[in-house]
Amino acid sequence: MDTESTYSGYSYYSGRSRGSHRHGERSRDHHKSRSKDGSRSEKSVTINAPPAEPLLGDSSVLGEEVQDDNWGETTTAVTGTSEHSLSQEDIVRITKDLEDSVGLDCRRYFTLTLAVVLGLLVFLTPLAFLALPHLLWPDKLLVCGTACEGLFISVAFKLLILLLAMWALFFRAPRAGLPRVFVFRVLLAVLVLLFVVSYWLFYGVRILDSQDENYQGIVQYAVSLVDALLFIHYLAIVLLELRQLQPAFSVCVTRSTDGETRHYNLGQLSIQRAALAIIENYYRDFSVHNPALLTASKSRAAKHLAGLKVYNVDGEFPASPATGPENNAATGLAHSQSRAMIAAAARRRDTSHNELYYEEVEHERRVRKRKARLVVAVEEAFTHIKRMQEEEQKKAPGDVMDPREAAQAIFPSMARSLQKYLRTTRQQHCHSMESIQQHLAFCITNNMTPKAFLESYLTPGPTLQYGRERWLARQWTLVSEASVTSGLKEGAIFLLKCIDFSLVVTAKRIPYIQLSEEFIDPKSHKFVLRLQSETSV
Amino acid sequence: MSFIPGQPVTAVVQRIEIRKLQHGEHLILGFSIGGGIDQDPGQNPFSEDKSDKGIYVTRVTPGGPAEVAGLMMGDKVMQVNGWDMTMVTHDQARKRLTKKDEDIVRLLVTRKSLEQAVRHSMM
Repeated sequence: MDTESTYSGYSYYSGRSRGSHRHGERSRDHHKSRSKDGSRSEKSVTINAPPAEPLLGDSSVLGEEVQDDNWGETTTAVTGTSEHSLSQEDIVRITKDLEDSVGLDCRRYFTLTLAVVLGLLVFLTPLAFLALPHLLWPDKLLVCGTACEGLFISVAFKLLILLLAMWALFFRAPRAGLPRVFVFRVLLAVLVLLFVVSYWLFYGVRILDSQDENYQGIVQYAVSLVDALLFIHYLAIVLLELRQLQPAFSVCVTRSTDGETRHYNLGQLSIQRAALAIIENYYRDFSVHNPALLTASKSRAAKHLAGLKVYNVDGEFPASPATGPENNAATGLAHSQSRAMIAAAARRRDTSHNELYYEEVEHERRVRKRKARLVVAVEEAFTHIKRMQEEEQKKAPGDVMDPREAAQAIFPSMARSLQKYLRTTRQQHCHSMESIQQHLAFCITNNMTPKAFLESYLTPGPTLQYGRERWLARQWTLVSEASVTSGLKEGAIFLLKCIDFSLVVTAKRIPYIQLSEEFIDPKSHKFVLRLQSETSV
Repeated sequence: MSFIPGQPVTAVVQRIEIRKLQHGEHLILGFSIGGGIDQDPGQNPFSEDKSDKGIYVTRVTPGGPAEVAGLMMGDKVMQVNGWDMTMVTHDQARKRLTKKDEDIVRLLVTRKSLEQAVRHSMM
């Protein structure tokens, strides 16, 4: 029997507990529902694996259920929602809520408060140095002369510059949450703290305790503090911003599902900062990840495995050592099974390459035909619309439409061919009807040609071009053997895992280039005529 | 047939005597020459040493006086009536061969097979 029962969520397993059953929070139900691999054909003895496992269900996981041939009659397949299961829409809604909520991100707020406190401390210290003598011993102080008052102006402006510089460098909206602390920032914060504390110590001991009358000296002390703070800010700029601008490494980023590769030049960064730069470039350069394009190779692989079945006829293989314990015999069984399969596969005349070739040619032809129909339909649709000029608008207010209505008016004539084209190129789930109409209105408003309108459907664009649910910006995981705060090195390899795919990153150092010079005198460009003539005599 | 600058050139030569034929109002010899010190020696198909700027016979008209006298394609002309041909321009060579008052030209030509023949006969 070849019945296909699709069951959603975890409803099948809700009553039982399986040790090997993995609950993945990020469930991939939409992949599971299309599992048409060969192991579900007639007399199948393998039961499809739970959703979180790869498509080719490995029967070894559910060993004790394998030999149940009556599974078709005894199981209840539930579609839609049951009491325990979550349908796909629920899961999508929950993840969307998580993404949109301004998270209770304790670490971010903690860092922010620390930064604000440090900033206030730094800013108010010079003012305190200047104000405290006036408050504590005003009568003993010497009168502030001209030079001293000039220094007041200097302090004021330097503090203003410091304030603006701190705001520009440190108080920007954070663009990412990294797994570990940013080492340079921590070092700088510690440095600033130590610096300010040591100045306070000196001030407290030498000036407050002894109640120094030389106010000019105190003002000069405050000025030196502000100068030093400006220099520390300069150090911060160099360490945080300038150092990684010079390119030092060339990284090669490959997507694991379809092999799309790009190369980037990065400076000397820690692994987590390099990962952040790479992800930001990923959103711009890589075409959107489309899992529907990968089903062809998976079905081919499934056909390879499903073509041969190894049956244990004798119950015991004479090749395995008879005296060993059971696990020896089991591994011997597995080894000889795989050996038998490989031998049989090698002997069988494999025509799958032929099928692949003809299938690809056919697909190419179909895509081209659909594309031709689509282009013609869109061009014709665009001819129905004409932009009205200013004078005409006043004269004939009859059937005037705004861009959105115009888009809705011409959309039906091209909808069918567009839908068919998207289905053939397996992009239909990337574009909803609403988004297509929006794009059409946008193109009409900006006087774009039909070709410009179609361009976003003919070639897959970068990920940010599509809806928010494709971004998966909060699902990235950095997998690295070296510590993520250590710097990039020659030959460093790390992985950036998203839900369905991962980016494999390899770093190579940019070679040291030795450039030499050769001078050519402009008068040295001389030519001769070289002939080879033949004369008959 | 390469030469060492400063040393005298030695070669095994054949003496060929060609009687000019009256063809219309010109006297012709029946072959074509190429080469010369003002030409590009690299394009010479007959020379072994591609820096040899000597005069070579590039074509022999069949049935003409040169062929009758035994001149062959690819021969290098060393002397014409006593005048040296190893260090002349293309035009000078043409003039030496087409003097109107000379009826007969005596060439000294060399070719590879001559040298080989001499070497074989000496062995």
